Amino acid sequence: MTEMSGADMVVQALVDLGVDTVFGYPGGAVLPIYDALYKHPTIKHILVRHEQAATHAAEGYARSTGKPGVVLVTSGPGATNAVTGITDALLDSIPMVVLTGQVSTALIGTDAFQECDTVGITRHCTKHNYLVMDPDRLGPIMHEAFHIATHGRPGPVVIDIPKNVQVATGQYVIPEKIAHKSYRPQVEPDADAIAAAVAMIAAAERPIFYTGGGVINAGPDASAALRQLVALTGAPVTSTLMGLGAFPSDDEKWLGMLGMHGTYEANMAMNRADLIIAVGARFDDRVTGRLDAFSPDSKKIHIDIDRSSINKIVPVDLAIVGDAGRALDAIIAGWQAAGHNGRDLGEWWRRVDGWRATRCLDFPEKKEPDADIMPQRAVKALFDATRGLDPIITTEVGQHQMWAAQHFGFSAPGRWLTSGGLGTMGYGFPASVGAQIAHPDRLVICIAGEASLQMNIQEMGTVSQYRLPVKIFILNNEWMGMVRQWQELTYESRYSNSYSDSLPDFVKLADAYGWTGLRIDNLGQLEDGIKRMIETPGPVIVDCRVAQLANCFPMIPSGAAHTEMLLQPSDVTGTMDDEAKALV
Amino acid sequence: MKIKTEAGERHVLAITVDNEAGVLAKITGLFTARGYNIESLTVADITADHALSRITIVTSGPPPIIDQIIAQLDRLVPVHKVIDLNDAGEAHVEREIALVKVAGTGDKRIEALRMADVFRAKVVDTTLTSFIFEITGTSDKVDRFIALMRECGLVEVGRTGVVAIARGSEAL
Repeated sequence: MTEMSGADMVVQALVDLGVDTVFGYPGGAVLPIYDALYKHPTIKHILVRHEQAATHAAEGYARSTGKPGVVLVTSGPGATNAVTGITDALLDSIPMVVLTGQVSTALIGTDAFQECDTVGITRHCTKHNYLVMDPDRLGPIMHEAFHIATHGRPGPVVIDIPKNVQVATGQYVIPEKIAHKSYRPQVEPDADAIAAAVAMIAAAERPIFYTGGGVINAGPDASAALRQLVALTGAPVTSTLMGLGAFPSDDEKWLGMLGMHGTYEANMAMNRADLIIAVGARFDDRVTGRLDAFSPDSKKIHIDIDRSSINKIVPVDLAIVGDAGRALDAIIAGWQAAGHNGRDLGEWWRRVDGWRATRCLDFPEKKEPDADIMPQRAVKALFDATRGLDPIITTEVGQHQMWAAQHFGFSAPGRWLTSGGLGTMGYGFPASVGAQIAHPDRLVICIAGEASLQMNIQEMGTVSQYRLPVKIFILNNEWMGMVRQWQELTYESRYSNSYSDSLPDFVKLADAYGWTGLRIDNLGQLEDGIKRMIETPGPVIVDCRVAQLANCFPMIPSGAAHTEMLLQPSDVTGTMDDEAKALV
Repeated sequence: MKIKTEAGERHVLAITVDNEAGVLAKITGLFTARGYNIESLTVADITADHALSRITIVTSGPPPIIDQIIAQLDRLVPVHKVIDLNDAGEAHVEREIALVKVAGTGDKRIEALRMADVFRAKVVDTTLTSFIFEITGTSDKVDRFIALMRECGLVEVGRTGVVAIARGSEAL
């Protein structure tokens, strides 16, 4: 126990918790903490240009390292600007601790300058939050907050610290052991449930693994266990957007992503399966399509660390609450102990191969050097050019995100950072900043749309300040493409406000920030442009002009079943009934 | 297009939580954010050191929604335990207190007093032109008493909402 100021306790706790990086922006109500940071050279503070970007950068840092991301912002607008990123982290289960300044305790509730009810506002977009009224509580709360953010289903935790609590002194106490009174997530799976799962998998004729972000969150060992179990059982694997990378995309058992923009083979296999093994995935509406038509003939096993995810949307036959990696390990052990060899799934694979034969990700394109670049081609070229470089890819949200998910292959976890649950435009670029900070020597590329990028484009300054070699690859089609695509599908192509008017000249913008700017206009320039981007040291922005009216297929339209995919533009009718229109 | 809602069944949940600022807001906010019903809610601290509170919530929904409500409550950090008292069938006791103010003179006043006696309601305050009755019982009994008092000059009602506890020697 040591007597010190609240601000010093915050920084001491960060040091004790092994934090090396904080993303933040100073302001009146956190000045004492910033002053304490000044004296602590071991903690690197990354000064962002907007607090939302601090939260996304922290997410990028967390997602690419497995460690919690840490954010420090001031009261009022600092806290409210952070709310989008906090919500994003909640929906995608990203461990994050956000420290917010607050007005002094005597001023709370008086509409003081830069006051907002931070704990009230963030109550439902955090896993947990605290308002610290006593400096003696800071030590235990800091340590408990990191424990809660990183244990069980990870998520964001907010600690709101009034300015006088930062200035006042108290005893800094490190709790010997964090044994929370009520928060005790179940990590070890139930042995009987594991035995039942082994029997169900062994008996299945048409099994499929449906994996999600939980496998990534459970660490690299969970991905390894998934690969082992798939090899043992011989069953096909599909994954959600958040789960990409847990299973290698070049493996013959890989069917690609499932869901709204998933592959035909993944969705058909889900629909026709007799057993779904869901691992760390949550049956999101983007995955299931129309619920009453979702995989009607299958038994379902659901492995999840969060009991509230089980039976939330789709009723399952066997629930296994626990860590995805531990559960997969236990199933492997049970499988081997029972001496199962894996059934002959030949007939099932013949059907899967039949669906694969539609080649649903193919797209029409011209091959001449002066032809427009199809956005899918741009992603494939980027993938080809970065093979062997083990890049970290972040995306913004929209068509480019789906094309990246479809056409960029991932073979390891932690290389794919995207906003899945909240679908936050403006996520990708700051996330790439966080990933690059954590991995200074790796190739980090943000695949962006020209519209999304502008939502946090101010972070170009942050990149310049810290000399980060981030690469932004814009698929520029001059449209909010996914909005336009839905307007074509649903509203007879009435393009209400979906055109990206008055775009900046991205090359000149790069120049203004001291970056390198490149422009790619046609197919003939594509490979060379990507090569130059990779070989150019420092930050590079690539304005890759792509075919403007290309749409993202295959697609399950709103309210449709897995079996009712639109495979090409000619499948689009241009309107929908109100029931379908009402779905997001 | 019309928006459809599903009919549900009534459940009584007993929840123990840390007795700290914001917990009640967390729980009621969860109900509003996820579109669950609250028919009644009571809360008070229940331990000598004031560390724990017990919340009784009466809610309604189809069985999968009730299951989901329990799972969502259970994962909140300050929540210690959530029990669905309906799981024990009828094996729990529910009580509610109402204070019922009736104003009037003459026959109606006498009738009110007579019915209060039938319902074993106590008179806790009286003037020449009014009574305040205290009635304890199930919500159903309280409802019926209040309905009768409407005919006898009812002017004001205050109700506590339901508290409930499982029968037998086992504790929550």
